[in-house]
Amino acid sequence: MHITLAATTLADTWISFDTSSLIRDFWSLTTDGLTYGAIYALIAIGYTLVYGVLRLINFAHSEVFLVGMFAQYFILQALGFTPAADAYNEGVALTVVYLIVAMLIAMIASGATAVIIERVAYRPLRKRGAPPLVFLITAIGASLAIQQAFFVWRGQNPEPQIRLMTPVHVFNIFSAQIDNVQIMIVVSAVILMILADSFVNRTKFGRGIRAVAQDPTTARLMGVNPEKVIMTTFLVGGILAGAAALLYTIKIPQGIVFSGGFLLGIKAFAAAVLGGIGNLRGALLGGLLLGVSENWGQALFGGAWRDVVAFVLLIAVLMFRPSGILGESLGRARA
Amino acid sequence: MTVSQTSPQKPDKGLLDKLPSVGNPVRRWWEGLGKPVKLTITIAFLIFLVILPLLNPPGISTDSAGLQFSNVLAECARTGLIALGLNVVVGLAGLLDLGYVGFFAVGAYVVALLSSPDSELALRWSWLACVPIAMVVTALSGLLLGLPTLRLRGDYLAIVTLGFGEIVRLLADNIGPLKGQTGFARVAFPVVGTSDSRPFGFFSNANNAKPFTSGLAWYWLIIVLILLMLWAVSNLEHSRVGRAWIALREDEDAAEIMGVSTFKYKLWAFAIGAAIGGLSGALMAGQVQFVNNQKFDVVTSMLFLSAVVLGGQGNKLGVLLGAFLIVYIPSRFTVIAEWKFLIFGVALIVLMLFRPQGLIPARHRLLGADLPKDATIDYEPDEEVDGVPPTNREAL
Repeated sequence: MHITLAATTLADTWISFDTSSLIRDFWSLTTDGLTYGAIYALIAIGYTLVYGVLRLINFAHSEVFLVGMFAQYFILQALGFTPAADAYNEGVALTVVYLIVAMLIAMIASGATAVIIERVAYRPLRKRGAPPLVFLITAIGASLAIQQAFFVWRGQNPEPQIRLMTPVHVFNIFSAQIDNVQIMIVVSAVILMILADSFVNRTKFGRGIRAVAQDPTTARLMGVNPEKVIMTTFLVGGILAGAAALLYTIKIPQGIVFSGGFLLGIKAFAAAVLGGIGNLRGALLGGLLLGVSENWGQALFGGAWRDVVAFVLLIAVLMFRPSGILGESLGRARA
Repeated sequence: MTVSQTSPQKPDKGLLDKLPSVGNPVRRWWEGLGKPVKLTITIAFLIFLVILPLLNPPGISTDSAGLQFSNVLAECARTGLIALGLNVVVGLAGLLDLGYVGFFAVGAYVVALLSSPDSELALRWSWLACVPIAMVVTALSGLLLGLPTLRLRGDYLAIVTLGFGEIVRLLADNIGPLKGQTGFARVAFPVVGTSDSRPFGFFSNANNAKPFTSGLAWYWLIIVLILLMLWAVSNLEHSRVGRAWIALREDEDAAEIMGVSTFKYKLWAFAIGAAIGGLSGALMAGQVQFVNNQKFDVVTSMLFLSAVVLGGQGNKLGVLLGAFLIVYIPSRFTVIAEWKFLIFGVALIVLMLFRPQGLIPARHRLLGADLPKDATIDYEPDEEVDGVPPTNREAL
């Protein structure tokens, strides 16, 4: 059945309510949504860690991700790839090696960016005990500055894509066709998230992070160096955003552009809030939920409404559960 | 909540105080003047502002950049109006709104829908009839955004308002009758002073007959509106509403405990701020006489925020100065037009590091208390202040 809602008696339909396509493609929409969701979750961890420790929304995190996107692009160019319509498909082993190299470079670039932002913009403010509003405006300034630096340098047209692999159908889940790109993204994202979770929950550094999140004063008295902990959180968040940047560029059809980080950043933040900000497992849950809801919404209302679904979901969740689905838990985790 | 709050921090005495502060010496000089002198200077400055486009002084004028000076000044003034509205929300009530451009868009679209022949409503209203409607609709949209979200804490609220601004933009992109990038042409404008040389009057953008061009007409109109707004907002500031805003900016919990109905006053701030934004959008629609979905993006919201923060949040003259600077400088030096937002981004960071209060900071003083200049408030109930026993303290 195909129902059309139109505010006027116009022939043109700008919003549909098409349940048939949602039902028909339900499984493929869901698996694809989970793929996007895994990427959102990786970025969301950066927001969540920093918020857990500093109670600060790191607005510039979307630009940390952007730096990762550009870094992997340039390293692939340096390795001799040129933008082309067709993918290179150099065989599994070589492709994986290239991708791992690009991912490492993106991780280093993003991690460094995050640490530099912390050093240059946030640390002096902390030393001065600035009010939260000042932090937020600084974060916006940092985000704007990095984004616009890329705009001045690379212009407003997206860079042509470098494709290392084409999606090849591997197997089916119910009626959904799973391709190698999706498998790669989900597997790498899950591995990275397990690593991040173990880092926070099972290492000495992680214990320091949780201690500072819970009570910075006492943590300092117990010999935890808060400055070091804060650096670590920015670094870990940045590294994961760099990894997400590589995975995202493989997934999306369009090229890389200076404004490409903004929307992803907002969505990843929405994912973090959805699951409960300050909570690593919440970031995963929120990311997957957001990715799937977006895809379902797109099928229901039409492609143009995808982002509206994300924003409306964000506002709705904040209205009813300001602390998210799983609640804030970084500070109250098991020691 | 910052981590390094273990010891009471001394305010940084370093670079911070070595930097020249524009506002303070000027303010000291200004406050030392007598009333008549102040009035004279104010009027002289106003007259200067009014005739500035007629003087068109070389060096200050933007004609060399190919932009008509009066149009640039009109845009400066319009942005000043926006900054005033945003200042109510950010500077007075302390609510960070990152989606303010949404209200601006709503105001422009209401005028376009009601007056343009391209609109499906086919009402063809006059501009003046649209303006109050635009303001009411934007105020309502402010309430609509505020009702569910104003219970949120500062930074969450910032994200939600950002989402709202984006939703408005995406609706303008997606909803068929709002015509996306095609937009609405021939939006209404006030028809005043038709003659042979000006077949559509002063306000039509077809009027390029110097010296009284359309830009000048709009500029003068907006100056009048800004004066009205200044008067209205300063009355608000000194009323119960303004005191409530400042209380919740300074400490929301304390204000709540003292019986200030914080939610109600936050809603007021949102609605009033939104209405001013809507007015500005209506002015934009009338002046450009074309509305489409471009220029309502997040970066524009950030630009408005930069104006408020740069000028000095909470200070009406400061935010007007900030708005003037962010519009005038890129228009005067078109070389940096591409670098505009990069410079704003860096400027925001530098400002927050060295002068978070802005160029002309707001004065922090007790509201409504007409104390002598050197009076101090003190909280020891059993002490005499200035020889007045505690029982007569209210008389102060």
